[in-house]
Amino acid sequence: MHPIVKLLSQRIALGLLLIIATSALIFAGTQILPGDVAQSILGQSATPEALANLREELGLNEPALSRYFDWLFGALQGDLGTALTNGKDIATSMASRLANTLFLAFWAAIIAVPLALILGLVAARYAGRWPDKLISGVTLATISLPEFVVGYIVMYILAVNYRLFPSTSVIYDSMSLLEKLNAIAMPVIVLVLVVLAHMMRMTRAAILNVMQSAYIETAELKGLRPATIISRHAFPNAIAPVVNVVMLNLAYLVVGVVVVEVVFVYPGMGQYLVDHVSKRDVPVVQACGLVFAAVYIGLNILADMIAILTNPRLRHPK
Amino acid sequence: MPETLLDIKNLKIEATVYPPGEDPHDITIVEGVSVSLEGGKVLGLIGESGAGKSTIGLSAMAYGRGGVRITGGEVTLNGRDILKLGPKALRGLRGREVTYVAQSAAASFNPAKRLMEQVIEATLKHGLCSRSEAEARAVKLFRKLGLPNPETIGSRYPHQVSGGQLQRVMTAMALCPEPSLVIFDEPTTALDVTTQIDVLAAIKEAIRDTGVAALYITHDLAVVAQVSDHILVLRNGNKVEYGPVKQIIEDPHEDYTRALVSVRSIDHEEKKPAEPVLRVDNVTARYKGTNFDVLSNVSVDVAPGQTLAIVGESGSGKSTLARAITGLLPPSAGRITFAGRTLTPDLKTRSIDDLRELQMIYQMADVAMNPRQTVGTIIGRPLEFYFGMRGEEKRKRVQELLDQIEMGKGFIDRYPAELSGGQKQRVCIARALAAKPKLIICDEVTSALDPLVADGILKLLLELQAQEGVAYLFITHDLATVKAIADSIAVMYRGKVVRYGPKTQVLTPPFDDYTDLLLSSVPEMRLGWLEHVIETRKMESAGN
Amino acid sequence: MRRIPLSALIGLFFTALFFITAIFADFIAPYGMAEVVSNSIWDPMSREHLLGTDALGRDMLSRMIYGGQTTIYIATLATALSFTLGSVLGFTAATIGGWIDQALSRLVDLVMSVPSLILALVVLSVMPVSTTILILVMGLLDSTRVFRLSRAVAVDITVMDYVEAARLRGEGTRWIVFREILPNALSPLVAELGLRFIFAVLFISTLSFLGLGVQPPLADWGGIVKENKEGLVYGIPAALVPAVAIAALAISVNLVADWVLNRTTSLKGGRGA
Repeated sequence: MHPIVKLLSQRIALGLLLIIATSALIFAGTQILPGDVAQSILGQSATPEALANLREELGLNEPALSRYFDWLFGALQGDLGTALTNGKDIATSMASRLANTLFLAFWAAIIAVPLALILGLVAARYAGRWPDKLISGVTLATISLPEFVVGYIVMYILAVNYRLFPSTSVIYDSMSLLEKLNAIAMPVIVLVLVVLAHMMRMTRAAILNVMQSAYIETAELKGLRPATIISRHAFPNAIAPVVNVVMLNLAYLVVGVVVVEVVFVYPGMGQYLVDHVSKRDVPVVQACGLVFAAVYIGLNILADMIAILTNPRLRHPK
Repeated sequence: MPETLLDIKNLKIEATVYPPGEDPHDITIVEGVSVSLEGGKVLGLIGESGAGKSTIGLSAMAYGRGGVRITGGEVTLNGRDILKLGPKALRGLRGREVTYVAQSAAASFNPAKRLMEQVIEATLKHGLCSRSEAEARAVKLFRKLGLPNPETIGSRYPHQVSGGQLQRVMTAMALCPEPSLVIFDEPTTALDVTTQIDVLAAIKEAIRDTGVAALYITHDLAVVAQVSDHILVLRNGNKVEYGPVKQIIEDPHEDYTRALVSVRSIDHEEKKPAEPVLRVDNVTARYKGTNFDVLSNVSVDVAPGQTLAIVGESGSGKSTLARAITGLLPPSAGRITFAGRTLTPDLKTRSIDDLRELQMIYQMADVAMNPRQTVGTIIGRPLEFYFGMRGEEKRKRVQELLDQIEMGKGFIDRYPAELSGGQKQRVCIARALAAKPKLIICDEVTSALDPLVADGILKLLLELQAQEGVAYLFITHDLATVKAIADSIAVMYRGKVVRYGPKTQVLTPPFDDYTDLLLSSVPEMRLGWLEHVIETRKMESAGN
Repeated sequence: MRRIPLSALIGLFFTALFFITAIFADFIAPYGMAEVVSNSIWDPMSREHLLGTDALGRDMLSRMIYGGQTTIYIATLATALSFTLGSVLGFTAATIGGWIDQALSRLVDLVMSVPSLILALVVLSVMPVSTTILILVMGLLDSTRVFRLSRAVAVDITVMDYVEAARLRGEGTRWIVFREILPNALSPLVAELGLRFIFAVLFISTLSFLGLGVQPPLADWGGIVKENKEGLVYGIPAALVPAVAIAALAISVNLVADWVLNRTTSLKGGRGA
């Protein structure tokens, strides 16, 4: 077997293992802590009978370990349980919201990735000069702002002052694509702003790192044109670190979505999660946590795999 | 009248430095250097670190590395001043008229491209010939440079060939466009001594056969003497002396050149054998999680007040032996006796006297001293730790030790970063000496230093040995150093001692194969040495 | 003495200003934290109310000053917790090694493979929300990052020859940790302290904004944004006031952290520790 196949399968196995371990962590987070699900649903003033009934209903009297495995095997088969608050099947309620969230994240990524790469290249090309300093300054500012602050600033300017977009991003299935895009324009802008800074900064660093290599000097001393140096010598070596940057930031985007959805009242996974945390609907929170963690881990593992695939030392072993 | 190929006049080179926490400012790296080179000849540029030799070499391509700028003078190549050329004309010059061979070929090749692609790249981009012709040229050069499988090596990636081979491929890359000048920037410095000689011979032959002119940059006068016609000696960015190689080696005019020529020619009389202070008996060791012995059945002795040199190339296990003796890597078998006591294998179980009497000095003085401690703390700590000295008493003793290593007052409150390379190593020696040891293990203590500074350290070590009667276990890859300092020698190869005995005996024939190879590979400061060695080796292999 | 760059001076000034205001909030704030001072809501800026009033007719400036106190208090304690825990465990793991190091490192890998916000939301869904719980959750989650950094820094230092030299001399663990390793690990850790504090500020603000952090009537800056967000739709920018404060605090601390890191990455002179 080619060593690279072995490495890649190791990564996939590691990813799966991590997701399983994460599920245990999430389950433990809601069970082992002093708070009791029944108590937190009913509040401090609940009668002992009511508590006992609810515990019975939720299966809390079974040992935690067996409840965990029931939950995990269910989740592996697509059964995420039922919500405490409305008794509906979680997987069904989640499906459309997950689709909405992915729709939002997809458009944010489509815009942010090329933009960040171009700006990162510009900053690297003019390293230490004014375009670089300008970009770094703006970056510092956006990194220091939480997502919801960026959200309200954008909303204040675009929806209130200029009335370009509606201030909330409600979407329905019956809307046309264009209507949907108009509705999500502001959250997309916010998400782009939020991930752009990180992605650009890291792209800049990755490219500068490659440009300072001795083989770039060799290429210069061969009398090659700058464009040739970049396309033939810098680019092939910059793919891996840059792809890594992109993947890490997409993972970051997944988290940014939670807050941005709340700001714009967008019917996605983030909103769903936050709502049910307030309602203390533990099964929904667990299910959402698991899905978010799986996506996050998946993207990180994907980044690793691309780095392995583009490494000449691994592709062409001795 | 031979034609002048390269004419450098009154060169001035400056750089902007950005010391952290200080304002950026300009410094002068090279000033007022003039030299010229005829077509087909080789000019050696020699000097210690900071002499500006690489910078001058790259000026022949009108190239400044990092923040380096050529700010004055003329560099005339093939009749035109290349400092006045625009970017486009410069690109036409680089990689076509002048090419470059770097010190680290491993870093200078693009890891993502096959060797052949990179070797013929400049030739193709400058439109000198077709791809198939260029590839044929490259294969011819690979063969000339003695690379294995010249037909197919081009399809490999840089990480798939060894360091010595990569250096030859880089030479082929430089020669492929048939330039009129090649700049060799320390091309053999990073290689082991036995690999160095082959690469050196290959480079020399290639230069002779192709009739190309070359600038050969190195810090090793013995090496440059083998390949050059003329030598330019540089120091701190200024010209010291220029002349034909014979005159520089045999009749140097300047004191500095004389010092460089006589480097490592310390006379050292071998002492008589004596009852050993350290006895290493059949020691075998391996690193955790590996399944081969880095040391196998090593037995050597060190006599009090004498020096045992452990010689070997990288991977010979010589530094591992030091780790085994100090207890950092407990041996899996064998016994180590020190001052009549058997040492426990693990450092943690040794007595305070065992620790005190066995000191160590490292190769990189930079990282051997805590950057946050002053010289006074560094040297004073063993005094405090082993002898309970405090306050004024300790400070007085530190000052005495500083005097012994020929560093005067005022150094006691300095930090390591404020010292030069040689001074740092001296402080490390003083720290070892402070413990009043019976044996000091010196691990490549001079290999990171410039030759003259290294010489000073060796002389100091010999003096201290005479004064204090301390024994040295001197680990090195450099045979010239060994000749200067050792009383007995152990030659190591792949974890085994292959030859061991008093110095004169080890250095007198008949030799085993490895010792012969090692000894004959050490560059000697005389003309024709390289040819002589290569010739002898050819005859030997023909005889076999 | 080296010159302090202007950006660092600005950062230092504002950081100090925020902290002093937080400490002396009771003396500085013109009105009470939850005191309703006006019959109308969202009054514009005036002489009596420099920042106007909020969604319930409370004095915005006072609310901001007390909010800052809450934000800074929670962030400081969470940072102190994450730092103490993370660096002690990180150094221990690096110097002891073996299975303790393995176990701690794998646990940290696991916790870090889930985004902190998600994990915090999961835990807060069953926990009673109080300031103490918030500090504990944030501090514990963030200690993983400090652990990784301090372990990496300590591992880098323990392989240095000067540490080996101290071992060969026979020095005990105490000298090695406190005299050889710690002085050299301090500067990257100090710079990290700033970044962790910023992270804590952003984190608590986000939680409070989501309604899962500080509970009314107490409010931190994130909570004040939440209280006043409805006004934005009518063009009332009250919610942007705390937003600006969060950003200003984060940027100031960032400027200071950048300076500390730049100043001490090189060990020249070594006196700057």
